[in-house]
Amino acid sequence: MNFFKFFILILIVFTFNLSKADEIQLQNKITKNLRCLICQGQSVYDSDSEFAISLKLVVKNKIEKGLNEKQIYEFLTEKYGEWILYDPQLNKNTYFLWFLPLLIFLFGGAIIIKKLVIIKK
Amino acid sequence: MKNRIVYYLLVIFFVFVFVIFYRGLNNSNLYTPNTNIKIVPEFTSETLLKKKSVDSKDIFNKEDYYLLNIWASWCIPCKDEHPFLVNLGNSKKIEIIGLNYKDNLNNAEKFINELGNPYSTILLDRDGTKAIEWGAFGVPETFLIYKNKIIKRYIGPLNSNLVNEINNYIK
Repeated sequence: MNFFKFFILILIVFTFNLSKADEIQLQNKITKNLRCLICQGQSVYDSDSEFAISLKLVVKNKIEKGLNEKQIYEFLTEKYGEWILYDPQLNKNTYFLWFLPLLIFLFGGAIIIKKLVIIKK
Repeated sequence: MKNRIVYYLLVIFFVFVFVIFYRGLNNSNLYTPNTNIKIVPEFTSETLLKKKSVDSKDIFNKEDYYLLNIWASWCIPCKDEHPFLVNLGNSKKIEIIGLNYKDNLNNAEKFINELGNPYSTILLDRDGTKAIEWGAFGVPETFLIYKNKIIKRYIGPLNSNLVNEINNYIK
């Protein structure tokens, strides 16, 4: 019986650790996608500026509060604008950004196909 | 004929690119975020000097102008703008709230004792998280608040021009 209790305890401790590890992983993922506004060109994850340190803390607190990734991005874009995200979300301001590579790809494909048709002839 | 069109298109393309990049040369590479925060964020905070906890609702409770100034004793530009704040505070036309950002409390008290205290309340932000609620990313930063709404935001130290602007608002 004692062994059983001990086993349960171990199990609880380990699952707790796992959830914590998930949180840290999520925190790292989010902060790697945030642009440090003080030291531009660096992510918040990489930066050790005062702002970045605080922002890491804010992200950690938000995760602990149970917000998901998207909600945290929304919170931060409300405060700092879309610029803070390295990976901008799809909205009417960023359609051009998102679809331009696709258009160029299609255009290139069209050129290749045209050439092939000419060669076949 | 076809070559000509290609040639002209190329020239137009390069002129276009040139103009875009040339205009870009003059752009400031310092980005100031465009925030959507219009309403004063809610928070509770410790205070300097009075040593008690206050709620944001109790501070910005009047339908009047407030100035929130984020400062720190280690911040040199804050020293430069401090006389302007002291003057504004002396005029009694506006209530100035301080938000002490990531500071050593002894240094902060020394700063206030030496340079004067324009603030009616000094909130403490020990870990920088409250400044993020305001959308701030450095010190000094100043927010002009009217009827619980942020109507103007000044990034960097205040100067005589900006103080005149504030005076125009509150007169």
